[in-house]
Amino acid sequence: MSVSDLTPLSAPGGSTVRAVHDEFHGDLLEVSMGPHHPSTHGVFRMIVTLDGETIVKLKPVFGYLHRNHEKLGENTTYLASMPYTDRLDYLNSMTNNWAYAVAVEKLAGLAVPERAEYVRVILAELTRLLNHSCLAGFLMQDCGCSGTPLMYAFREREKILDLFESLSGSRMMCNYQRFGGCRVDPSADWLAGAQRLTDGYGAFLDEFEALLTGNEILMARTQGVGRLSSALAISAGVTGPALRATGVAHDLRKVDGYGVYPRFDFRVPLGDHGDTYDRYMIRILEMRESLKILSQALAGLPGGPIMDPKAKLRGFRPKAGEAYGRIEGPKGEIGFYLISDGSANPYRYRVRPPSFINLTILEDMCLGRTVADAVIILGSVDIVLGEVDR
Amino acid sequence: MLGTGLIKGLAVTAKNLVGSYHDPARYTTLEYPEVKPKLPEAYRNFPFLVTENATDPMGTLRCVACQICEKECPPQCIYIEKSKDKKPDAAGKPQIYPAVFAIDTSVCMSCQICVEVCPFDAIKMDQEYEIATTDRFGALLLNREQLAKPNSYYHQIHPTEAVEVDARLAEERRAAEEKAKAAAAAKSAPKSAAPAPKPPAAPSAEAPKPPPAA
Ligand code: SF4
Ligand code: SF4
Repeated sequence: MSVSDLTPLSAPGGSTVRAVHDEFHGDLLEVSMGPHHPSTHGVFRMIVTLDGETIVKLKPVFGYLHRNHEKLGENTTYLASMPYTDRLDYLNSMTNNWAYAVAVEKLAGLAVPERAEYVRVILAELTRLLNHSCLAGFLMQDCGCSGTPLMYAFREREKILDLFESLSGSRMMCNYQRFGGCRVDPSADWLAGAQRLTDGYGAFLDEFEALLTGNEILMARTQGVGRLSSALAISAGVTGPALRATGVAHDLRKVDGYGVYPRFDFRVPLGDHGDTYDRYMIRILEMRESLKILSQALAGLPGGPIMDPKAKLRGFRPKAGEAYGRIEGPKGEIGFYLISDGSANPYRYRVRPPSFINLTILEDMCLGRTVADAVIILGSVDIVLGEVDR
Repeated sequence: MLGTGLIKGLAVTAKNLVGSYHDPARYTTLEYPEVKPKLPEAYRNFPFLVTENATDPMGTLRCVACQICEKECPPQCIYIEKSKDKKPDAAGKPQIYPAVFAIDTSVCMSCQICVEVCPFDAIKMDQEYEIATTDRFGALLLNREQLAKPNSYYHQIHPTEAVEVDARLAEERRAAEEKAKAAAAAKSAPKSAAPAPKPPAAPSAEAPKPPPAA
């Protein structure tokens, strides 16, 4: 299709609209959505070409939030990169910390005490609850359900953030994991709080589901929208709930069995259709599984040290070599690839960001749908621009 | 039946609406300037420097200007200049002290790395959050006079942690004194004309390295 004769038109809402003339198909419209648009979840832009209402082309544009994260990692010490990983996917700092710690521990050959492994699982599952609750809330917001589900999700998220704050000192920028363990030992009070939250969260999920899962408007709006085939998902490297919604059983907690996950009894929910509704439903089911893991981990938490006594904070220099550490973050496989030349800084520091890779199939899911659908499809992919742009 | 899902959902919102007036667990907002939130002990925002004696803050800074925190701070927002002379610290031992110690709080990301790496428990995280200012450049660059706060204040904001730190410091001081006494005794016993014993060794600080050549 030849795209010529671009005539700028003024458009409502301030986005740029250009008429794209094509001899046989009449006029196509090119709409620039974002970068400052509430539905783009941050500073993200989609250049959408429309034939009438139908999307015929979608070009994602990102990089507005680029902070040189990887280059910074090569110019600071290993420890100093830890607080920067908080700022990748700023909803899930605990799992980012963990993935980075796993990579460095592999590099330096550090062992992690059992108690720390349990605490990491507890925090990772709390993070999953937080992320999935928010995602469901934001998705409803994108569907046009203004506020209510999002506020319910935020109410619960606040409780988890309070736990994070009393443990690590910060709600979102936790900076909690260290190489060879965790920074502080959770107190009995804190663990009791986590137990209370775990016990109460099921009731919230029931309420949330009563509000949404059977809702006819939601079903009509999301079922069959933004279908993703499992073949495409695999070949594009999609991971996390977006992949499992297409029916592919791939969860690193089962595949790699890292940490102490093999000790817990939980299942991996899978979708059938790979559409937006499945992606919503997968998250709800995953939260229920997370609750199971949480109660098992809280019940089985062993005593002992929380840090490997051999781990060094100052003057940390792992031997030369390379390592890739990955875990199953709430958004998919979050991994860190490090090359050490034996100095205090990594020689190469690379992040495998799940949001970024999951975003690459956005156009395939949106073709043939409307702009309003593109908004909810983007919402169901679950991106955080801090991680996409780095 | 079509519509049951909708009605169920409406029942949930109705329950929440009514609950938000009656159930204290659902009051989620505070009347802020009148009612202040109760901060958890671990809460942190910006660092401060601990002084032993509130009446002479600049004379009793715990910091010995070893510059480890300056080197480790991820966004590099600490600036230290060592003193040329030595001043007695709280324990009466001559020590180098920071002639200049500044933290740019507009750059600081509250990560607490400086606190973790400091071998002298000299820098801790503050909880003061009403720090808004209209002067963007001057007021956010804190010098050592503004950063210094007494140990009693540290006890007030992080009670559990402060007690642990005090116990550890007391133990270190006692061990150093005993070692010094033992060394003095060992030296004076065989040789009567031994030179005066050296002052006890400080907990060994890493020698600050010169900044990497540009
Ligand atoms: S809290 Fe972090 S950023 Fe702030 S001064 Fe300390 S090390 Fe630097
Ligand atoms: S690490 Fe501690 S003692 Fe050393 S310069 Fe920093 S605050 Fe002072």
